[in-house]
Amino acid sequence: MTPTQDSPDIRWSGAGALWASLEAHGVHTVFGYPGGAIMPVYDALTFFPQIRHILGRHEQGSIHAAEGWAKATGQLGVVLATSGPGATNLVTGLADAMLDSVPLLAITGNVASHLIGTDAFQEADITGITLPVTKHNYIVRSAEDVPRVIAEAIHIARSGRPGPVLVDIPKDVQLAACEYRPADLRPHPPLPPREPEPAALAAALELLTQAERPVMMVGGGALDAAAEVTALAHAWNIPVITTLMGLGAFPASDPLWLGMPGMHGSVAANRAISEADVLLGIGLRFDDRVTGRVRDFAPRASIIHVDLDAAELGKIVSTHCPVRADAAQVARALKEQAPSQIPERPDWLAQLEEWKGRGHHPEVWGAAQAVRQVVARLGPDDILSSDVGQHQMLAAQLARFERPRRWLNSGGLGTMGFGFPAAIGAALAEPDVVSMVIAGDGGFQMTAQELATLKHADIRNVKICIINNSYLGMVRQWQELFHGERYSEVELGHSNPDFLKLADAYGVPGWRAEDSASLDEALEGWLNHPGSALLEVVVPSQHHVFPMVPAGASLSEMLETEPVRAGVMQTGTVQDSPDGVEAPGDDMEAVPIMALDAQRGGER
Amino acid sequence: MSGEHLVSALVRDEPRVLTRITALFGRRGYNIKSLSVGATETPGISRMTFVVGGERGVVEQAMRQLQKLHDVLQIIDHSQEKYVDRELVLLKVRVDKDTRLEVRQMAEDFRARIVDAGRQALMFEVTGDEGKITAFIEQMRPFGILETMRTGRAALIRGSNADIASHVYGGESQALAALASGLSPVPQPREASSRDGGEQ
Ligand SMILES: Cc1ncc(C[n+]2csc(CCOP(=O)(O)OP(=O)(O)O)c2C)c(N)n1
Ligand SMILES: [Mg+2]
Repeated sequence: MTPTQDSPDIRWSGAGALWASLEAHGVHTVFGYPGGAIMPVYDALTFFPQIRHILGRHEQGSIHAAEGWAKATGQLGVVLATSGPGATNLVTGLADAMLDSVPLLAITGNVASHLIGTDAFQEADITGITLPVTKHNYIVRSAEDVPRVIAEAIHIARSGRPGPVLVDIPKDVQLAACEYRPADLRPHPPLPPREPEPAALAAALELLTQAERPVMMVGGGALDAAAEVTALAHAWNIPVITTLMGLGAFPASDPLWLGMPGMHGSVAANRAISEADVLLGIGLRFDDRVTGRVRDFAPRASIIHVDLDAAELGKIVSTHCPVRADAAQVARALKEQAPSQIPERPDWLAQLEEWKGRGHHPEVWGAAQAVRQVVARLGPDDILSSDVGQHQMLAAQLARFERPRRWLNSGGLGTMGFGFPAAIGAALAEPDVVSMVIAGDGGFQMTAQELATLKHADIRNVKICIINNSYLGMVRQWQELFHGERYSEVELGHSNPDFLKLADAYGVPGWRAEDSASLDEALEGWLNHPGSALLEVVVPSQHHVFPMVPAGASLSEMLETEPVRAGVMQTGTVQDSPDGVEAPGDDMEAVPIMALDAQRGGER
Repeated sequence: MSGEHLVSALVRDEPRVLTRITALFGRRGYNIKSLSVGATETPGISRMTFVVGGERGVVEQAMRQLQKLHDVLQIIDHSQEKYVDRELVLLKVRVDKDTRLEVRQMAEDFRARIVDAGRQALMFEVTGDEGKITAFIEQMRPFGILETMRTGRAALIRGSNADIASHVYGGESQALAALASGLSPVPQPREASSRDGGEQ
């Protein structure tokens, strides 16, 4: 018998097979938004009460929530959407998950098979559209294929370097009868972790043994190897840099930790890269925001690059020793071969210690001070999510993560609007910790509608902090420094909503702070409130995020602190000069930033 | 090193597999200069051979990206193995009563077959490797080439082994060993690398 739209036999259909398959894979929470082409799936859901569906307010919010879930837990995130506009609303999240290697399964409904390709109502060629932003995608052609495709899709999303997989199911396939048996639903066994080749390991060991100024650089690919990476660093006494994606893979309280590298990285991290003789990179892809000008990246170092993805080895920086293997396996193996006498490296570590003291934000009221006060209240198990902009870089610089998967952010795509829904996803995965989000006044408004989701799903542990500088601050910073202070379309203050009233409209209580003392007070109320709550911190507009490596400059050309006056930079740390610009020495010399930048062409 | 690179791939015979592959090259701004695809002895598996232009290092990186595609089962880099390659070309050449004989004789030297003959034109079918095809076309050019259609190069590795290349990107231990030992041309030694490629 073919199930009809009002028959309970929808359980035994393609749609039913989808839910049964998800359940067999341990999925118990999904995010989504219904619509015409996915109605049989939502109908079948009513027969699977064990599965919790979180109804968002926009598909982009739902997919970022699924990402937040996945980033916090390391487990698969699942999102559903209808055809056409529902499906296209997922695209940003898919691209985000692709760049940050997030295991994600997106299910979309589509028009009936015979209508595909006819420009039917709400038809979009979503597999075509998402081809470059998914690890793989499928159109399911018949209901019997559903269990096989879901098992395959989940296997692909999770294994090796994780990523998003989209499964598009035409409506007739959802409705068609399907008699699946438990055996059809079984997950593929996970791949064993890839071991390093002995030759590669030996080459890495040789470089490490001879190193005098080694440094480790650890990225998002090492989040599940934090214990091994930490043991490795201790056994060899090697200082550790964690990238934006790798924050938490090495404890911030450890004296060997140097902070984050790159455009807004710490002085210690960037100087260490420029001076190191061996750089051991684990689970990172040398993004241009990390390397600065590639030709001058780690100019004195032999690079050992450990990554699971062969396509990353040698992609950006050339590598003396590529090791294609699982991060934990390599870290463990290298640790076992550590010298019996732990190398002391007194000069190198003393030098790094000196650099650690440089480039800090002054203790004046502003976004940096606000973020410092807010993140100080996080416990070691609490989760911090951020949106994209100045507040993100400040949070990355100032928060101290002791364990992995406590820091969620959109690293590769830099997606404004990511932070808040991601915090919702994480809060659902871990209801017993604080799931805090720091967002800008700009980015929060990109997915603010998800305030309704807090109530819908009765989420009580999301703490929203808006750093309100009345501007698209990060863009303003670039306009000030690199575009002659011509502020073009970045002022928000005049048209921003009253964030407290906005929250109130959704039944979320709010606090506001305007200086350091009122912030301390507001933090008490905000954090002690037994439910989700919003805190707006009003800060001056003109502050910048420093240190900063201008786009296209090398890491050694980092600008450590705020300019003395608008348009002029302190470039006391410039060592090598690019393109024939005279290099100032260590005696602070003011150089118009425009002159530096004119030769590189900043971009954002 | 810039130039042309001959690569074969064994792929699942799925819709869009071609799009996935060409999109990867397109994204990096590389033209696929020729492409031929066909079924293999194994149902569900197709073999394709393509010629891409570009810098060796980047083409190799793109091949490793290709290997990551779920529908790509194996990539065979022909720069690593002895192979046979052939292309079939249909060529329409202008003739008149003075040149007809000369054109026919020249074609015979190349073992090109006449597949269509008219008063003002002859159509030839010629098969061969890159060198032979180029030479034939150059010989015919002075007479006036009216139309050409080339199938693109097809290649197979020599020897009795089936579908096995010692240098398979992303394949199991061999590729890894090659990568790790530095034997592979993929991770360039630092000095000879693209480091001086300047601002990206
Ligand atoms: C979706 C999206 N659009 C545009 C940008 C470009 N962008 C990067 S940071 C930024 C400003 C963010 O402003 P706000 O959210 O107020 O944060 P702030 O920098 O002021 O802390 C913009 C527009 C982006 N990253 N993402
Ligand atoms: Mg702002």
